[in-house]
Amino acid sequence: MTTACYIAAAIALLATGAVLFSRNTVHGLLYLVVSLFAVAVLFYTIGAPLAAALEIIIYAGAIMVLFIFVVMMLNLGERSEHRERQWLRPRTWFGPAVLSAALLAELIYVIGALPQGTAGSSMGARLVGATTFGPYVLAVELSGILLLAALVGALHLGQQPREEETSSHG
Amino acid sequence: MADLLLSHGLILAVLLFGAGLLVVLSRRNLMYILMGIEIMLNATGLVFVLGGARWGQPDGQVLFILVLTVAAAEVAVGLALVLQMYRQRETIDADAMRELRE
Repeated sequence: MTTACYIAAAIALLATGAVLFSRNTVHGLLYLVVSLFAVAVLFYTIGAPLAAALEIIIYAGAIMVLFIFVVMMLNLGERSEHRERQWLRPRTWFGPAVLSAALLAELIYVIGALPQGTAGSSMGARLVGATTFGPYVLAVELSGILLLAALVGALHLGQQPREEETSSHG
Repeated sequence: MADLLLSHGLILAVLLFGAGLLVVLSRRNLMYILMGIEIMLNATGLVFVLGGARWGQPDGQVLFILVLTVAAAEVAVGLALVLQMYRQRETIDADAMRELRE
């Protein structure tokens, strides 16, 4: 199980390094998703299954989908047809695919090794939820306010400028 | 065993944070800068979860959830700003916004 930890850590480092050296935004995003998956496997092996699930659902799911959405809306310069063809070349997806396959094999191994599947004592969703809404309930309220502020801010910043505003600001 | 795992995990978190910081410092594409901030926040969450696993407390995962909230709020506002900048400037190069310096 310790080996699984170290393999996941190595994959996280490799994928993050690939983000650092990638030239194309979509390639960088692919490697970033792989890095988040690796950290999720690491969380699972050290006994934090809820954090692993949230890492995949919120980070690799919601936040990365937002990034990809914005990349598609921006459509920076290149013709999209050319880019589609570029995405289907093996050089684009080969690196993330190999790293993800290693993570998949590791995940199958870890799930097969249950119930002694964690390096430490496992803390499930029930315990974490009781702590979140027990001593930390004030922090939950504050993060609710933070999310509301982010919602209002993103809505305001993201709306199209009206006609009189564009004419007055140029 | 547990201490070894903690120290190696902290080394990994420091390396991930450094990689995120390098992305923020070395790139001028705003998308990459936001991705670097995400990497750094992820490394911070990794430290929280490692600490929680080392001492067997659920608090680490609770704080990881709060870090996740901050990351989601940050990326929502940041991407809205990127879209707004692209509408006004037709570019997302960070060096294109330099009015305050001149």
